[in-house]
Amino acid sequence: MADLTLNVNGTELRVRAADDAPLLWVLRNKLGLTGTKYGCGEGQCGACTVLVNGQATRSCLTPAPATVGAKITTIEGLEKAGVLSAVQKAFLEADAMQCGYCTSGMILAATALLREHAHPSDEQIVEAMEGNICRCGTYPRIVAAIRRAAEMQMASEGRKEEPEYVHG
Amino acid sequence: MSMDELMDEAALHEIRDRIRAFELDRRDFLRLCGGGLLVCLSGAQAPGQESGRGGQGWGGHELPREVSAWIHIDADGKVTVFTGKVEIGQNIRTSLAQSVAEELRVGFDAITMTMGDTELTPWDMGTFGSRSTPTMGPQLRNMAATAREMLVEAAAQRWSVDAATLVAEDGMVRNPKTGATLGYGAITRGEQLTRTLMGDPPPQHANFGRVRDPADPPLTPAIAWKIAGTAVPKAQGRDFVTGKHKYPSDIARPGMLFGKMLRATGFNATLVAADTAGAEKMPGVQVVRDGDFIGVVADDVWAAEKALAAIHAQWNVPEQISNRELFAAMRKGAAGGEASADVEQGLSGADVKLAQEYTVAYIAHAPLEPRTAVAEWGQTDAGQAKLTVWTGTQRPFGVKDDLVRAFRLSEDQVRVMMPDMGSGYGGKHTGECAVEAARLAKAAGKPVKLIWTREEEFTWAYFRPAGVMEIRGGAKRDGTLTAWEHHNYNSGPSALETPYNVTAKLEKFHEWPSPLLVQGSYRGLAATANHFARESAMDELAHELGMDPLEFRMKNLNNDRLRAVFTAAAEKFGWGREKSTADRGFGIAGGTEKGGYAAACAEVEIDAAKKVRIRRVVQAWESGAIVNPDGLRNQIMGAMVQAIGGALFEQIEFANGRVLNAHFAEYRVPRFRDTPEIEVVLIDRKDLPSAGAGETGIVALAPAVGNAIFAATGTRLRAMPMAAGEIFSS
Repeated sequence: MADLTLNVNGTELRVRAADDAPLLWVLRNKLGLTGTKYGCGEGQCGACTVLVNGQATRSCLTPAPATVGAKITTIEGLEKAGVLSAVQKAFLEADAMQCGYCTSGMILAATALLREHAHPSDEQIVEAMEGNICRCGTYPRIVAAIRRAAEMQMASEGRKEEPEYVHG
Repeated sequence: MSMDELMDEAALHEIRDRIRAFELDRRDFLRLCGGGLLVCLSGAQAPGQESGRGGQGWGGHELPREVSAWIHIDADGKVTVFTGKVEIGQNIRTSLAQSVAEELRVGFDAITMTMGDTELTPWDMGTFGSRSTPTMGPQLRNMAATAREMLVEAAAQRWSVDAATLVAEDGMVRNPKTGATLGYGAITRGEQLTRTLMGDPPPQHANFGRVRDPADPPLTPAIAWKIAGTAVPKAQGRDFVTGKHKYPSDIARPGMLFGKMLRATGFNATLVAADTAGAEKMPGVQVVRDGDFIGVVADDVWAAEKALAAIHAQWNVPEQISNRELFAAMRKGAAGGEASADVEQGLSGADVKLAQEYTVAYIAHAPLEPRTAVAEWGQTDAGQAKLTVWTGTQRPFGVKDDLVRAFRLSEDQVRVMMPDMGSGYGGKHTGECAVEAARLAKAAGKPVKLIWTREEEFTWAYFRPAGVMEIRGGAKRDGTLTAWEHHNYNSGPSALETPYNVTAKLEKFHEWPSPLLVQGSYRGLAATANHFARESAMDELAHELGMDPLEFRMKNLNNDRLRAVFTAAAEKFGWGREKSTADRGFGIAGGTEKGGYAAACAEVEIDAAKKVRIRRVVQAWESGAIVNPDGLRNQIMGAMVQAIGGALFEQIEFANGRVLNAHFAEYRVPRFRDTPEIEVVLIDRKDLPSAGAGETGIVALAPAVGNAIFAATGTRLRAMPMAAGEIFSS
């Protein structure tokens, strides 16, 4: 067991966890951040995707201690002062979900994609999202939502604040 | 759907024995509500409960036990609707609320749906069979129309005017003569208005909806709908993009522990020995053992996983046959051998004949949220044990029954709640996870959460039945069908009946009494298998005849609704505009089941290595009056995407009682790259009752794709999945 300080959604949180405890379970069960989902525990479905220093990361395969010192962003951290991020807004407006269980992971994977490619091609979208499963089959709407989010972000460029985390 | 058909379906869902008498006590519920307006439903044999002001039968003991409450309006005009149906991604929370808002004449946002809570909602058989829209919809509309009538009457009494001169709109009653208005909240404030409708003796009608009484208030026709029939956004949609929505696996209780279950190493195994000493020594870990039931609890899920891994168990797994021998075993085990003289005669008079066999594999539902339950033991007011369980299920009342039986409790000692879950597709009808969590919690003396792993979900849930379909058919040179014979072994009777005109026919389902794997419901049930077989066979006959496959179908089709979706799909797709080539094929298929009509046109691309890719699919859909076009489009599109898996690559591989591909890395489900360009054409028949749309949208894709592959390559694929590993072979 180790006492860890994790930077989650801009806040330093202290938590006690086993040396090899997956970040997924620490977020969900120790920090109450249940927006991050368990889908397979094997890095195959993407439901547990979070951002670690801006990179889409499978929290089920990431030991929590390995993320000490990194900036972790979960679905709960995307909304700022009651305003949804462009990706969240686009998903909501496109109704790009059915049961919604994959939605957190989809939104975070898409958020990472748009940081890398502000205006991704369809191939880049498929490439980046291929590891995320939507068993309800809303893929066409998710692709449309990502395209729309890219447009919204491009349109608001210039007025946007600097990103709060850096690649690394 | 007739009662017999419903019972057949219930048998397929393995729930026939669980259909039980309705017996709920509403008194606690009424006490909770406090005041306002309440519309209830009562069994026909119960004493009548007339509407009354001043609290007759209210707040206490006079109400009969069989009364169930459906709609409550409080002093703020807030409307609460109670239904045993559950939301699993099919958008029924939204569409039912639209129907209530429509009849009640309130805004959509005034409605709160309380769903799938065995203590608060009326008994319900379960959310399956595409029954929510056609049965619960009219049921709730009737309740809402009654509430509206009561509000108008109450306002009329207050104003001393004739109720017939008043109108209800926008959450208020208005007197057009004086311009005076009274909000619903104001009408119910300080009042206790109840009305109990009669004549719904569950369980016979519980899943059909109450039979309408001539005295019931008229329902608003679809042509006049203002809220129903529109693309109202998903209820509480914002909570799904912010992570706030609490799924069953997100429920947390004070002092809650985490459980893990020891599983056998194969199906039908017996436990030889289990050494739990190592796990018991681990700090904070408790091992729970009750015969073959072995589980662990710990204050941390990771600690529970490690403790489980420390248990050394020996299992005796009997030798069992593999999926390679499946169909031979099925043919041997299921009784066949039925013949029809009419069919033989029809075949002998045919110019073109077909006799073929088609198969579908066992597949898994693989809902992204695996089975999960949080169980907590407490006490009832009377000091008895009380078990509360939050779990993901399509049958909260069925799970309650399972718990009552498993722990020998009475009805009022168990409450099951179903937070909107991470879907099911027909795969979450059973309560085993809830029973396990409850057993662990009982031993631990604390609430316990149990989430099945992906491997457990792939292995210990149940499967969509595999099946063999034999078809014989014949047609005249001009395309007229002369005979049709369709046998289904094991997969099920859904959509077995051909919609095409043919008098000499035999359609028969053959049960397999001892299937290899535990099998149960799945989106569309056997309609997928039977449509795959029939629509492939129709295509084969068309090609034999040298007729266009659409023309051949239409020649033998009188059903206007099915004709309409074929026409719509073909038009939108541009059917017949281009000819199939060796690397590009076009196929068409369609059918009907459960009041839904689907037709799909598919375009596939075949590369030199025989790798198949679906490029484009257009599907036309009709299921009566559309309640929410956006939700409907989402459902139909999703069903088409899910259908790709079963059509091309999904199948459970097993040998010696073990599932060999119990992981997403090995069991391939459709992903972004597999998704073609999809177009959905919706036909809105406002003149027809709304049917369910959660299932039948899945049936047309596989045969359309198979027919397209044939059109390009001349290779007929008669086994689903048609291209496991992407490369297809005949």
